[in-house]
Amino acid sequence: MEWDWAFVVEILPTLIEGVKITILATLLGSVLAAILGLGLAILRRSKNTLVSKPVGFLADFIRGTPLLVQLYFIFYVLPDAGITLSPLVAGVIGLGLHYGTYTAEVYRGGIDNVARGQWEAARACNLSVFQTWTRIILPQALPPMIPALANYFIAMFKETPLLSAITVLELMNQARSIANYNYRYIEPITLVGAFFLVISLVSVIALRWLERRYGKIEER
Amino acid sequence: MGQWAGYLQLILEGALVTIKLTLLGSVLALIMAFVAGLGRISRFWAVRALATAYIEFFRGTSIFVQLFWAYFVLPLFGFSLTPLQAGVLALGLNVGAYGAEVVRGAIRSIGKEQYEACIALNFNRWQSLRHIILPQAFVLMLPTFGNNAIELLKASAVVSLISLSDMTFQAQVVRAQTGSTLMPFLTILVLYFLMSSVISYSIRGLERYLTRGLDGVRS
Repeated sequence: MEWDWAFVVEILPTLIEGVKITILATLLGSVLAAILGLGLAILRRSKNTLVSKPVGFLADFIRGTPLLVQLYFIFYVLPDAGITLSPLVAGVIGLGLHYGTYTAEVYRGGIDNVARGQWEAARACNLSVFQTWTRIILPQALPPMIPALANYFIAMFKETPLLSAITVLELMNQARSIANYNYRYIEPITLVGAFFLVISLVSVIALRWLERRYGKIEER
Repeated sequence: MGQWAGYLQLILEGALVTIKLTLLGSVLALIMAFVAGLGRISRFWAVRALATAYIEFFRGTSIFVQLFWAYFVLPLFGFSLTPLQAGVLALGLNVGAYGAEVVRGAIRSIGKEQYEACIALNFNRWQSLRHIILPQAFVLMLPTFGNNAIELLKASAVVSLISLSDMTFQAQVVRAQTGSTLMPFLTILVLYFLMSSVISYSIRGLERYLTRGLDGVRS
């Protein structure tokens, strides 16, 4: 089968519609993962084992099971419990929850890297727990984490095609429907691959810059 | 209750396919990781370029897209693959690209004095790699290889979308037949979690076995 440029031009507007949804899902998912990860990391450090143990198990469970199945779970099982979500919302929650367990590990590493003396100094200055976290620990812990967090957001971006399985009309789904409708797979699927490759290569360059700017988390 | 036993059997049949995919994919990934990882530190420019292109291509595009490409586009060039072959190929090549970076990183982290000792002992490049560098580097690679194997297990759920009857596919079949959603999906979530736990425990065991007697020797 031949590569047909006229067909490429014809399907490009539809694919760009999909790109918008893909990027939207990635951004919303990243925000959710960043917030959930921090919450999980702090809960996992709790001295109360009734909190830290179940949270730890839940995070390990989510990290040990496929995102696709979690998406099915959110999209098909929750409506039985009376919670009906639109496909995009279900997808964003799935992405955020799954990658939240990964970012939680990044946060944990970053928080552990803050020197013990800082905790002691905060206590000596009579700061409350909340003040210790927001004024002393997080401002020091967050910047070195930025490259590692960005790395997971790029990984999440590459998982967004899974959302097509729960009928989100993102890039992959648009490409598949074009392919099924016209019975031509080569152009749509290859274009999707090329799109992901270009974005990934660009984001690798951006990641290098972030690493130079904020330093690598492993080296601290 | 007897009815659930039949459906459970269906899911377990799918579990076998998932295990088969994970094992075959891991073998291909391990081979590709060493081929491409060693290729990246080759003396020859062309080999390095080829390995880098492979790694960046497979890490840069999504596993889902690669699988669809292998299953739907390759036949148009005259390579028809069964769903299982396409699945093993896409999973193995994808995870192999991530593994290649692990191999490269581990080999580069071996101290310079080890290489100097190899030269002092008049080892050629292959001998020093085989007897001195790789035995030390392999131990460093193991934990990350374990994580990669779990990623591969999780990614294998995607093959259900090219109609390979793995565990996720069978759960969908059960859902379609019974109308029950909680039971099939909860069952396979637990099964996936058990499988990834088995992988992480066996890697930890292997690591302990390979590092026996090395306490205090390794920095």
